[in-house]
Amino acid sequence: MLSTSYVLLTIVGCGIVTLLSRTLPFVLLKNHSLPPLVVELLSFVPITIMTALWVTNLFTQHLGHLPSVNYENLFASIPTVITAAITKILLWIVLVGVVSLAILRAVM
Amino acid sequence: MTDELDIRTAIKDTLPTVFGYIGIGLAFGVVSQSVGLSVLMVVLMSAITYAGSAQFIMVSMLVSHNPVVSIMVAVFLVNARMILMSTVVAPYFKKDSMWRNIFIGALLTDESFALSMNKVNYTDHKMSFEWFNTANLIAYFTWMIASGVGALLGQLVAHPERLGLDFALVAMFIGLLYLQVIADRSLAKSLQLIVILAEAVIIYLGLIFIPGNLLLVVGTLLGCATGVVIKHAFY
Repeated sequence: MLSTSYVLLTIVGCGIVTLLSRTLPFVLLKNHSLPPLVVELLSFVPITIMTALWVTNLFTQHLGHLPSVNYENLFASIPTVITAAITKILLWIVLVGVVSLAILRAVM
Repeated sequence: MTDELDIRTAIKDTLPTVFGYIGIGLAFGVVSQSVGLSVLMVVLMSAITYAGSAQFIMVSMLVSHNPVVSIMVAVFLVNARMILMSTVVAPYFKKDSMWRNIFIGALLTDESFALSMNKVNYTDHKMSFEWFNTANLIAYFTWMIASGVGALLGQLVAHPERLGLDFALVAMFIGLLYLQVIADRSLAKSLQLIVILAEAVIIYLGLIFIPGNLLLVVGTLLGCATGVVIKHAFY
């Protein structure tokens, strides 16, 4: 059984860490501008972050060795991408993704 | 999406992402309850820490009784990408008060970030406090309620993984990435596709020797640098 004080302390500690990561750039950039090169670098953040979050979910990491493929997520990604291309509607994309994985787990 | 930036439009724009939060929030509640966290602690973690996927890591580290400081470091590493996102969003709110800036930052999420980057493609790169704050608040309360409901439902569902809910977040990233590419007119489509492929290769190679927590930040920065180099060389 986890003690309430241990869990609460972790919740608050991690809350402070997360809050600082999110708000410090806002505070620091309120009266300062970033150099043009940094702005250009950051213009790629949306697509690279989304790609990174996706691709890390397609593999299972084994440090020091090649990652193994997470076939469930890989196969579930295919109908998800197709749905994105056809509908361009986020709700459908998420629903098809979840249902695809559920079906895959039922048959595999 | 339209160029409107009022609260009503924000609700309309944000609603489709709500189902992603519900899926993964429910999953988080179910999982946390199953390893011994009370409904109250699940809701408090979602309300106070509000760290999305990092909360799964917190729960697994709590269960194996890691020191609080170790858990804080892990959460920082997993969410260090928030620093990048905040840095991208902050310039849009230069004219707003410091408190409004802090409030937008405090509730910023992967999804509200991606959604807003999508939105500015339609608004001639303008953003409003009302729009962003509404998107953030909807995400915040949906996440909190969904994780609480998940913890309550956890007592009823025997095999939560069969529902496929854990894919909701990945599907949302795929959807937001696709929508970003088709909406962004500031970068050439071919350049975006090349950078996405390069990023995928970087992450694959990075998985071999960079620990997962660090990889998201290092991989993202390397991908951005690759993008800048290719843009200057060929575009």
